[in-house]
Amino acid sequence: MVFKLNNQLLSKIATGNGHGEDSPYFDGWKAYDEDPYHPTKNPKGVIQMGLAENQLCFDLIQEWLKNNPKASICTPEGAEEFRDIAIFQDYHGLPEFRNAVAKFMAKGRGNRVTFDPDRIVMSGGATGAHEMVAFCLADPGDAFLVPTPYYPGFDRDLRWRTGVQLIPVECESSNQFKVTRKALEDAYDTAQLDNIRVKGLLITNPSNPLGTILDRETLKSIVSFVNEKNIHLVCDEIYAATVFSQPDFVSISEIIEEEVECNLDLIHIVYSLSKDMGFPGFRVGIIYSYNDAVVSCARKMSSFGLVSSQTQHLIASMLSDDEFVEKFIMQNKKRLATRYSSFTNGLAQVGIKCLKTSNAGLFVWMDLRRLLKEQTIEGEIALWRVIINNVKLNVSPGSSFRCTEPGWFRVCFANMDDQTMEVALSRIKTFILKNKEAKMSVKKLCWQGSLKLSFSSRIYDEIISPHSPIPHSPLVRART
Amino acid sequence: MAIEIEQPTVGLSKVAVSETHGEDSPYFAGWKAYDEDPYDESENPSGVIQMGLAENQVSFDLLEEYLEKHSEASTWGKGAPGFREHALFQDYHGLKSFRQAIASFMEQIRGGRAKFDPDRVVLTAGATAANELLTFILADPGDALLVPTPYYPGFDRDLRWRTGVKIVPIHCDSSNNFQVTPQALEAAFKDAEVMNIKVRGVLITNPSNPLGATIQRSVLEEILDFVTRKNIHLVSDEIYSGSAFSSSEFVSIAEILEARGYKDSERVHIVYSLSKDLGLPGFRVGTIYSYNDKVVTTARRMSSFTLISSQTQHLLASMLSDQEFTKNYIKINRERLRKRYEMIIEGLRNAGIECLKGNAGLFCWMNLSPLLKTQTREGELTLWKSIIRDLKLNISPGSSCHCSEPGWFRVCFANMSEQTLEVALKRIHNFMDQRKTETN
Repeated sequence: MVFKLNNQLLSKIATGNGHGEDSPYFDGWKAYDEDPYHPTKNPKGVIQMGLAENQLCFDLIQEWLKNNPKASICTPEGAEEFRDIAIFQDYHGLPEFRNAVAKFMAKGRGNRVTFDPDRIVMSGGATGAHEMVAFCLADPGDAFLVPTPYYPGFDRDLRWRTGVQLIPVECESSNQFKVTRKALEDAYDTAQLDNIRVKGLLITNPSNPLGTILDRETLKSIVSFVNEKNIHLVCDEIYAATVFSQPDFVSISEIIEEEVECNLDLIHIVYSLSKDMGFPGFRVGIIYSYNDAVVSCARKMSSFGLVSSQTQHLIASMLSDDEFVEKFIMQNKKRLATRYSSFTNGLAQVGIKCLKTSNAGLFVWMDLRRLLKEQTIEGEIALWRVIINNVKLNVSPGSSFRCTEPGWFRVCFANMDDQTMEVALSRIKTFILKNKEAKMSVKKLCWQGSLKLSFSSRIYDEIISPHSPIPHSPLVRART
Repeated sequence: MAIEIEQPTVGLSKVAVSETHGEDSPYFAGWKAYDEDPYDESENPSGVIQMGLAENQVSFDLLEEYLEKHSEASTWGKGAPGFREHALFQDYHGLKSFRQAIASFMEQIRGGRAKFDPDRVVLTAGATAANELLTFILADPGDALLVPTPYYPGFDRDLRWRTGVKIVPIHCDSSNNFQVTPQALEAAFKDAEVMNIKVRGVLITNPSNPLGATIQRSVLEEILDFVTRKNIHLVSDEIYSGSAFSSSEFVSIAEILEARGYKDSERVHIVYSLSKDLGLPGFRVGTIYSYNDKVVTTARRMSSFTLISSQTQHLLASMLSDQEFTKNYIKINRERLRKRYEMIIEGLRNAGIECLKGNAGLFCWMNLSPLLKTQTREGELTLWKSIIRDLKLNISPGSSCHCSEPGWFRVCFANMSEQTLEVALKRIHNFMDQRKTETN
């Protein structure tokens, strides 16, 4: 008799969908994977604008590597360190690594604060850091409040294996999606009513997907809120050094140093080199906590996701080169600013607006509400499919970020070269102009007044398929 | 400066405040002794010699020589082309070339007696992460894995801490060289039943840590039959497979499955790592090899929390695809470990101490039960403390490995130079001589 192993033999965590890969967020990726853009080999392919990567400064890094062969344990110059580094698996991490990261974090915040290397704990990227913090601070069933819109990965990182819940703090475009005290209180009260224990608030500053920073007042209000409720505050600052124009970034570390009543045991920062430096492959995640017990616990947990000592060694070397770091940070901001303005100017030419307060991050928060045929999630997803299938751009729909207002899209601009960005812009422009044209012809017909059909849906049929479902409709004739 | 306010600290999670991380175990007290007074040949010749760390330091020169000859291949070369692709590469499938290299390395270690498909290789940051990850996938909180004793103390943390899964021991004893028997398997399963705990799988370490011995083919067959009968999983931690002193003495579960035509293999999962065989624990290279598609997919997704640095994947892909290098390395590594083992066994025998017959690993399983004042755990710990204090050797007491018989100790021999090992053996010899004189 054959005993068949079926799905029930795996855990609930394994058989559930907490991995998050059934979300629409990934459909665009699949479209890209199946038909990726290439300037010569596949110029009609899908351009990846859903990936928040920073690819603008690799030349600076490459130059540094060429000039510093000792930083790699594989070169003749660096090989004598190979043995010691290869053996090193102490979860405290290489002291020079922690020192260099602490210095880098300070520089990324304009040296307005300093960081204690002994509070730095490693993790498997910010992904690993978030999960680890959740394991430290919350029990299964507990909740974190998270302002919307937020990075979709949080649903997996904070919830999947931990059993923790996320409760949205709803933010709206009417005030540039700022996090208001009222929204925080509302979310907290909702949790209370549902008998859910709130253990903390997670903010991302600078924000993904908004590309905005939290102002001082908001941060102070958040600090007083968490102290009042006696809950933790986790600040994801992985985009700290991508702030490319005024106003300056204000880190939570600066706020707590000011005259603010704060229980330091509540404050924890998640950091990473994936965005600021563009090294997502190196899996350098950092937890910085002002709470000794959390540092101690997280450090033990970091055994499950230590940074490769080879990478620690390289990073330690690179980030202790003060001159290089300062030049890098400055150039990085400059190039991001230039890219941002080229992109948004191009969009403005066809009347597309982005969130005007954005001054950070690797993406724009694009307002396409007026293009929706209905102001609903379905309307947004319909537009999104058009953008993927027809405009051939993988962008991220606001609903995947739990944005409560449909019609917003996150569009990444730093993961490509200038030419590709131009191609993307021209596709957008073409799409918008075609859309306008179709609308114009509808207006003419409207004026003629005899048709009672729903014209907006006709426009979509035209754009989605070259063949109108009704070949002899007046609309077709009008267009030609 | 922030005005700090007095109030009861908001709690951390139950996981955070529990002691399942295991660092309060005696296993670590020896480490602390070493940290405070570490042996150094010239600077601190009377310091504590670290014999509690299962590291392989006998073959570094081979790795260093490889890097010297192939620095272009393993770095990003002049001007670092390729750097960018690697710096960006965070695909949880892992570098294909790296997976292929790992698969072929695993095949070589098994003398080609089993084949490994690179698409079933899932990468994690160390075997520590691999074991935890598998536990998350195979068991729910409150469920149990059966693990033969004595076992690696780290399992208490890796399998239980954040997962909420329990370990129910499969008791083994010296009467048959601590081998797993069908009776012991059934007894463990019953123990779990009595406690109302659902058993989801058996986890074996082969070659065994701390025994330093491979599991015999017949025993592997029995274990596989047992898990099949109970319809549960089998995890085979084979991280010491390349440290068996002779290739033919190690039988992998993969070979058993191949002989059975892979029938019913979806319940079997292998954990591997480069920390022991290659001596690269700092690089955090672990893998899960599963014959179950759903486990592979899920493990891959979960590996997002614990990916291997692409920088490291790149270096090792290069090194491990050089089959001439790996063949040579495996052979020489085995030789050196065997010699080291023979050296320590002879040294201990001359001092009147016997060990379990071993044939693999970076340590030997030493029997000091004749020296115990009382054949109890307390007796063992008392002896252990005096070994640390008076002999200045950090060795691992069997009780930290959950051994049911007191008096056994794990002694590592591959994490030091030959000279240091001589010093350690001398100290043991003197100690035993002194005892003889005292008893007489």
